[in-house]
Amino acid sequence: MTPLIECSGLEKWYSGVHALKKVDFTVQQGEAVGLVGDNGAGKSTLIKILSGVHDADAGTIRVEGKQVRIRNPRQAMELGIETIYQYNSMVPTMSIARNVFIGREPLKWGALGIGWMDKKKMQRESVRAIADVDLHLRSPDALVGELSGGQRQGVAIARAMHFKSKVLILDEPTNHLSVKETDKVIGFVRDLKHQNVSGIFISHNIHHVFECCDRIVAMARGEIVFDKPAAETSVDEVHGLL
Amino acid sequence: MAIADRRAVDVSGAPKGAPAPEAVSPRRRTSPAKRLLKIYMERPELVALVVLIVLVAYFTIASGGLFLSPANLRGILSLFPELAIMALGFGLLMTAGEFDLSIGSTFGLTPMVVCVLCDTGLNFWPAFVVGLLCCVLIGIINGVITLRFGIPSFIATLGMLFMLRSLCVVIYSHGAAPSLPDDAPVWAFSQAIGFIRVSVIWLAVLALIVYVLLEKTNFGNWVKATGGALESAKSMGIPTNAVKVACFIICSLFAGIAGVIQVVRIASPLPSLGDGMELQAIAAAVIGGIALSGGVGNVLGAIVGMAIIRVIDSGMIMSRVDANWFQFAIGLLTVLAVIANMWLGRRARGMKVETDQ
Repeated sequence: MTPLIECSGLEKWYSGVHALKKVDFTVQQGEAVGLVGDNGAGKSTLIKILSGVHDADAGTIRVEGKQVRIRNPRQAMELGIETIYQYNSMVPTMSIARNVFIGREPLKWGALGIGWMDKKKMQRESVRAIADVDLHLRSPDALVGELSGGQRQGVAIARAMHFKSKVLILDEPTNHLSVKETDKVIGFVRDLKHQNVSGIFISHNIHHVFECCDRIVAMARGEIVFDKPAAETSVDEVHGLL
Repeated sequence: MAIADRRAVDVSGAPKGAPAPEAVSPRRRTSPAKRLLKIYMERPELVALVVLIVLVAYFTIASGGLFLSPANLRGILSLFPELAIMALGFGLLMTAGEFDLSIGSTFGLTPMVVCVLCDTGLNFWPAFVVGLLCCVLIGIINGVITLRFGIPSFIATLGMLFMLRSLCVVIYSHGAAPSLPDDAPVWAFSQAIGFIRVSVIWLAVLALIVYVLLEKTNFGNWVKATGGALESAKSMGIPTNAVKVACFIICSLFAGIAGVIQVVRIASPLPSLGDGMELQAIAAAVIGGIALSGGVGNVLGAIVGMAIIRVIDSGMIMSRVDANWFQFAIGLLTVLAVIANMWLGRRARGMKVETDQ
């Protein structure tokens, strides 16, 4: 089976700092990969390249076997790569329905990409999308700012599912969440598989990663130093490496 | 208003189509009154509307009914639309998270350009179009300086304020004091109809345009996202710079249109026109509940904010209060409005209305 994402020889420099050194990284269809590593290990750089925030200086990226160049977040999303950042994925001052469709609003009519939003459809589909990830919110008109951190991550995941993403990148989604909410987010990641969506789960917390990932990849100093199925390794082994 | 009503229905009624049996559990049901209060507190422009009504009532009593006399209303409704149009454009820009101090100078410069062109023999309408193109250019420059060099728009447009004002004076003195042509289309800008003027129609149409842009189109969604959480908007692929430049342009355009309306009304372009008006527009937006931090803004807030300022101005005169206190009142109200909005917002967030199981 062709891997969903296949990066080879990715290189990235930031003004003299060699942030990624010939990184090869693959994600299979429906697989949840845990990406761990210390600060500055290159995790963020790697996912920023995949999500279109940064461009790699060298190397190739293939999505479902086809070589692509991801120039901006929009292109990443069109390729089915959706990223959920620790803070930056929702606009707290906007309603849930508007947040679900940011940048991808259904239009009744329009020209040059600007037009009249189909608000009924946005409300209807956002309610359904949220229910699909087993999160129940009373009103799609409630402001995202009123939701708890876990609920926000749930809405972000619902959004990704609604737009039929093929791979979901979660960057430290459990930071600053209560234990109960962390469990909920971990549950979301586990459920991705049932919907045949791959996940890349980035976390400082190795326990969280082990709870929901099939494979563990560890990075250090811009290189991948460890790559094993979760079943063949242990929290202690990964801990020892870092 | 419609939004408030709908939300009231949604939080109190059964969830439409949402299979959420757990959510309807009997625990912690908030009373309808509390929910309405929360909706109200979340919408500072409604608070401002109440303040406006109270002020009108107060000044009507204090002036022995003179305040609501047709003559006085006509006076208020001469200047109000011009300033409100400015506040409208400014409010839109503020919603996108940026700021424009140069609108007062744009207000003065645009009619100056139009009149100078008319003096050279050009017809009014082509001159008007050139004037508006100047506004577009000003908006683009404001946007590009701010975004390209990453400096706060407060500074970029402060520079613009001085430069454009200087241009006003230069054009005025070199153009040998241009004047409004005699055949200027008064009917299209400031003709009196009863105790309103045509400018009220301009205000209504422009308000409708901004309302539709903000509430009905995806562009409005992008504006709110850009102002509300810039990084999120970027990560969702919204062209945030383009959105901001568009808002800078609309803001300048509205200031220019307002300036032309005023010059047609008073029939002569003066280089000092619009001086200090940017501050009134800012005060109006703030009093109307548009957040300085961006992301929150609406048409009603900007208009009501400006109405409050005009009502205080006129009301103080009608009720024979020393008019020198006008600026004091506006200043106090601006500060109080921000404090009150922050307090109300915090209280509203603290009021838990059930959102999940």
